[in-house]
Amino acid sequence: MEDERSFSDICGGRLALQRRYYSPSCREFCLSCPRLSLRSLTAVTCTVWLAAYGLFTLCENSMILSAAIFITLLGLLGYLHFVKIDQETLLIIDSLGIQMTSSYASGKESTTFIEMGKVKDIVINEAIYMQKVIYYLCILLKDPVEPHGISQVVPVFQSAKPRLDCLIEVYRSCQEILAHQKATSTSP
Amino acid sequence: MVLKAFFPTCCVSADSGLLVGRWVPEQSSAVVLAVLHFPFIPIQVKQLLAQVRQASQVGVAVLGTWCHCRQEPEESLGRFLESLGAVFPHEPWLRLCRERGGTFWSCEATRRQAPTAPGAPGEDQVMLIFYDQRQVLLSQLHLPTVLPDRQAGATTASTGVLAAVFDTVARSEVLFRSDRFDEGPVRLSHWQSEGVEASILAELARRASGPICLLLASLLSLVSAVSACRVFKLWPLSFLGSKLSTCEQLRHRLEHLTLIFSTRKAENPAQLTRKANTVASVLLDVALGLMLLSWLHGRSRIGHLADALVPVADHVAEELQHLLQWLMGAPAGLKMNRALDQVLGRFFLYHIHLWISYIHLMSPFVEHILWHVGLSACLGLTVALSLLSDIIALLTFHIYCFYVYGARLYCLKIHGLSSLWRLFRGKKWNVLRQRVDSCSYDLDQLRLLVVAVQGLIHLLVDLINSLPLYSLGLRLCRPYRLAAGVKFRVLQHEAGRPLRLLMQINPLPYSRVVHTYRLPSCGCHPKHSWGALCRKLFLGELIYPWRQRGDKQD
Repeated sequence: MEDERSFSDICGGRLALQRRYYSPSCREFCLSCPRLSLRSLTAVTCTVWLAAYGLFTLCENSMILSAAIFITLLGLLGYLHFVKIDQETLLIIDSLGIQMTSSYASGKESTTFIEMGKVKDIVINEAIYMQKVIYYLCILLKDPVEPHGISQVVPVFQSAKPRLDCLIEVYRSCQEILAHQKATSTSP
Repeated sequence: MVLKAFFPTCCVSADSGLLVGRWVPEQSSAVVLAVLHFPFIPIQVKQLLAQVRQASQVGVAVLGTWCHCRQEPEESLGRFLESLGAVFPHEPWLRLCRERGGTFWSCEATRRQAPTAPGAPGEDQVMLIFYDQRQVLLSQLHLPTVLPDRQAGATTASTGVLAAVFDTVARSEVLFRSDRFDEGPVRLSHWQSEGVEASILAELARRASGPICLLLASLLSLVSAVSACRVFKLWPLSFLGSKLSTCEQLRHRLEHLTLIFSTRKAENPAQLTRKANTVASVLLDVALGLMLLSWLHGRSRIGHLADALVPVADHVAEELQHLLQWLMGAPAGLKMNRALDQVLGRFFLYHIHLWISYIHLMSPFVEHILWHVGLSACLGLTVALSLLSDIIALLTFHIYCFYVYGARLYCLKIHGLSSLWRLFRGKKWNVLRQRVDSCSYDLDQLRLLVVAVQGLIHLLVDLINSLPLYSLGLRLCRPYRLAAGVKFRVLQHEAGRPLRLLMQINPLPYSRVVHTYRLPSCGCHPKHSWGALCRKLFLGELIYPWRQRGDKQD
């Protein structure tokens, strides 16, 4: 079962949330971030090249122009491969664990998997980010030493940064699964 | 709880038979290791499983049945499969079934005993997770936290599902030794059933390595015995030996070679990786050294170098003398303390005069020395670089002395300034006439350059020594061998059918590879990182181009 809704992130950009219910014990949430806009790319390229041309008129060295082209290309490739995240996915599998995948614009995917035995709870937390107060969803991990302590807080959807309405949807689904998992794990 | 069945991808198209594997009750997961085909004799199967259990310390048992047939299983087959459950008692009994050519599976897990808690179903829900047996067998899981009291054999609930799966597959190698060309009593299907994987070169190398290691180990012990003899403990040889970085590097390499050629087998994978990393590092070092040697000895470059050395030293000395004359006058129009100027200037001029006489004395022997130094490159690039560093240190010793005096004075001035700055910010406004004569010595680019070059050479030697090349190569070419974790992908799903997942290995990031497998280098590394070098230059702390007594011994 699959459905798609559109939300907005903290800056007002459009996000698309795709929910897939594979089974009562397995759900996937896929958040797509706004794509790289042509306008900003053109603006940055023009700025860099104008600056390089200005330097060229000062120094009369044509190496500056080729260096500027080189830097722009490398910078764009580096940005697409290391910085720009296209899609963030959260996959919850009851009794196995939680998996978070980030896919970059160049196609690279980086995955983290947390076993269900380590997960204490999923909560929505508040944080002060620059000049705003934002909400974010995070996974609390159990402390191996102390039974009621928390060893780590892992934030989810860090680069998409959706608003509270989107987070509440995801939170409700995750809590259903966690409650189901806790109920079945206590019974033999 | 949902029952997780880990099924190897190599058995997906295997014929019908029994499922052999391990059941982990704490995580409610069944790890299927192989499929045993019909016909078989139950007694022989039980004997084989008992043998495997004893050899590998893994609780291998028959977990259920696997049915791969053309259409829906017939009644007689169904009853036959059920009767097998009586022959091989196991709780819970798995029944996996797949149509030939179909994508969807049917899985059931039944418990024969009556459930103790009311309301719990007699049948469990099953989730299928496919895994690549070869990759999981060969890979090493690097979990972020390692519990301190974890033993090799025990898998408690706190270790987690993944660690249990990797552990089970890795320790059941005994089960995978038979392939379908063997004429044993039972026929198994697993990742090696098409033929056991082996390499001729690896086998030959293994046979040959025994006597070679023995020979080289005895040679190396002879060399270390010679170097440990009493002559080298006497002063001044012991002093030189501890100060020169060449001796340090040679000792380091000797340690590495002893480790590589030791006749003891590596006990655990960490030691094996360390040995492999050391071998890769030594090979790279020797290869780079031989390249340097061939470049140096071709086209009489050494002659050119030797001819250029003495005029360069003369030129440097002349420039220094000019600089000192300038400073002893009125540099940049600044008015200075004439008496102190004259004393320091004359002192340094005498230093330079002594040094130039020494260089002229040495000039006929320079070419021979350089030729022999060049030969040392065949021991490794790091040895050649250490020798170069020592030669630079010796040739520029006078500059180093100036640096020491200047740095000490500058350091005193900085301390004085910092204590006076507090006073300035306080109640009184005090105009102090500063002494600028000692400050200007640090602006001498030559001294900074020499000291920085020495520091950089040391860092380069450290980098070659401590980089784990084998692990990095493994991460590049066979990323499944070093696993940071796993990732799951949900396969095509139909409502009513069990959930199917594909488990793949998530490789370790390069930064963690370097951090985990870094070879212990000589003790100057933690003290002389790049940032520390810059900080010491700026603050006027002394940089020692040789090892100090207080450095960590490794």
